Amino acid sequence: MASVYFDGATRVHKGNSRPSVAGVTLDIEDGEFLVLVGPSGCGKSTTLRMLAGLEPVDGGRVLIDGHDQKGVRPRDRDVAMVFQSYALYPNMTAEENMAFALRNAGVSKAEAHERVLEAAKILELEPLLGRKPGQLSGGQRQRVAMGRAIVRNPKVFCMDEPLSNLDAKLRVSTRAQIAALQRRLGVTTVYVTHDQVEAMTMGHRVAVLKEGVLQQVDTPEALYDRPVNTFVAGFIGSPAINLLDATVRDGRAELLGTSVPVERDLVGDADRVTLGIRPESWTIGSELDKDGIPLRVELVESLGAEVFVYGRHDGDPDGPRITVRLAKSQRPDTGDLIRITPVAGELHVFDAETGDRR
Amino acid sequence: MTDNAITGFDPNEKPAGAHQAEAASFGGVGMKIAGYAGMVAIFLLVALPLFWIVVTSFKEKPDIYTQPAQWWPANPTTEGYKSATTEIDFWAFFRNSVIITVLLSIAKIVLGVISAYALSLLRFPGRNLVFLVVIAALMVPNQITVISNYALVSQLGWRNTYQGIIIPLAGVAFGTFLMRNQFLSVPGEIIEAARLDGAGPLKLLWRVVLPMSWPTLIAFSIITVVNEWNEYLWPFLMSDDSRVGTLPIGLTQLQNNDGITNWGPVMAATVLAMLPVLIVFLALQRHMIKGLTAGAVKG
Ligand SMILES: Nc1ncnc2c1ncn2[C@@H]1O[C@H](COP(=O)(O)OP(=O)(O)O)[C@@H](O)[C@H]1O
Ligand SMILES: [Mg+2]
Repeated sequence: MASVYFDGATRVHKGNSRPSVAGVTLDIEDGEFLVLVGPSGCGKSTTLRMLAGLEPVDGGRVLIDGHDQKGVRPRDRDVAMVFQSYALYPNMTAEENMAFALRNAGVSKAEAHERVLEAAKILELEPLLGRKPGQLSGGQRQRVAMGRAIVRNPKVFCMDEPLSNLDAKLRVSTRAQIAALQRRLGVTTVYVTHDQVEAMTMGHRVAVLKEGVLQQVDTPEALYDRPVNTFVAGFIGSPAINLLDATVRDGRAELLGTSVPVERDLVGDADRVTLGIRPESWTIGSELDKDGIPLRVELVESLGAEVFVYGRHDGDPDGPRITVRLAKSQRPDTGDLIRITPVAGELHVFDAETGDRR
Repeated sequence: MTDNAITGFDPNEKPAGAHQAEAASFGGVGMKIAGYAGMVAIFLLVALPLFWIVVTSFKEKPDIYTQPAQWWPANPTTEGYKSATTEIDFWAFFRNSVIITVLLSIAKIVLGVISAYALSLLRFPGRNLVFLVVIAALMVPNQITVISNYALVSQLGWRNTYQGIIIPLAGVAFGTFLMRNQFLSVPGEIIEAARLDGAGPLKLLWRVVLPMSWPTLIAFSIITVVNEWNEYLWPFLMSDDSRVGTLPIGLTQLQNNDGITNWGPVMAATVLAMLPVLIVFLALQRHMIKGLTAGAVKG
């Protein structure tokens, strides 16, 4: 077990002018489960691969347990990786796949067998140990790949979108199981995903990347409640937060023809801001409520307990689309007009130019 | 949720089996007939001469030259085989062929695999240049190098020796080219996984990369064995007699033994010379199945 420290780690791929990962500084505690999240191509895999030693570090440093890993070979870093494709050895059985690293490290056959059995028990792989990857289902392969990582008892687990090849149902159950397994083993884990739900449900802390630049590192709750900019606000949460432009006058924001109170010290002297309002941060008023924003309902998504309503300002069919979460009992129909008001304390105020939180 | 297991074991989940690729179907009866006609034409083109060789090898001498041709020996005889194995030192030629083919094939396969491995998976400066040189070597027909090779080998005093035949033939541009491209097709993540798992270069080759490359390696081996077995020009130039001469050279001696060639024994010897490679081919070709990489990556 170990701590991991990215110290301004930068990677510029050959032929690219822009760095794929730009000056990422990230302190990961011993035993922590850190999730790296961001849209496709933002440099998550590259960051992870720098940690594993599969990718050189062009600027800054990567430290494991306080030791700079520059020049340390992947095999000597004591890092285990679970690949998105699983990357199992097709010619070896599940057991041989899991024992390969141990045998390479000079562990005796008997001990390797014992440790594989132990891991197989945790992962419920015992009946499958004699099978080759081609004879396993996707979920089973995923577990063999996990097993290959945990038998080694490494300092750090690196996981690169290990669930993205599973079907939706299996993904949800496996998600919980990986998180539980990590808690039980207590091994420092860096987990890469593009799925914000995975990030929010699995990690102790979540690091959000955009175009190689680290945006925010925080607990899932803090990330949701206090996003540092419009990018993080828009990336975390599903359906996405409403980001609406508003003009400011006398401590009140003019939002879609309605006036919303905002804290004066947040706004400062700006005359325009971007307001972030989560779908659940709306209240629905009566149709006659002249203070509410009139919303013409375009689409209603019923998820059972809750309903997501998508619509636009009644008088402005080209305006921004607004998402509102309502209780089942408040379900409107498509074409209805509803009046909505943002909940005062749940407003996120961002700079209209930079998108940074004010 | 319990803390004790990554369960996720779903009985409804089906093992991802063999590829269920649908065979491309060409519509129309016309296409089908054309396809079969093509197949028959090629079959006849390949099989007729072979059939003729086999039939002739069992014919008596007068029957070989009769008009119209006999498609089946009127008086089947094994005389041809008897004289083929007695008129020349058949078994000595056979032994030479086996020794030279085995040694040469081993050398070519080992060198091909190792050089391809270096050129695909190991990083060193000038790698691409070396590969270009290998490709360039592939472009030079060996008839061109024969003369200078002959001079060199004669100077070394290796005429009529095994090493004189084997060493100049052991260059492997084709194998290097073929195996390099095969190794490059092994998914990068598997190689990275092996590196993380602490596999050194040799283990990576032997335990991970080669087992995933069997079909290509076997195809390469078959081609090599057949080529070396049939190699004529160089062994002919290098050998004087049955001490190191190979079977194809023995066949020529048989042909020239008396004024007019007796084709019966020649054909019999040809059949005998064909048999070993045929057996090797049949033994190996069933390993050339595709799909050895199934289950390596993705589902
Ligand atoms: N081998 C490579 N050569 C050139 N550019 C690369 C290479 N690998 C990744 N990149 C670039 O680096 C960026 C980040 O890639 P990656 O880390 O794989 O993103 P993610 O895993 O977040 O989807 C991408 O813009 C990609 O184009
Ligand atoms: Mg990636």
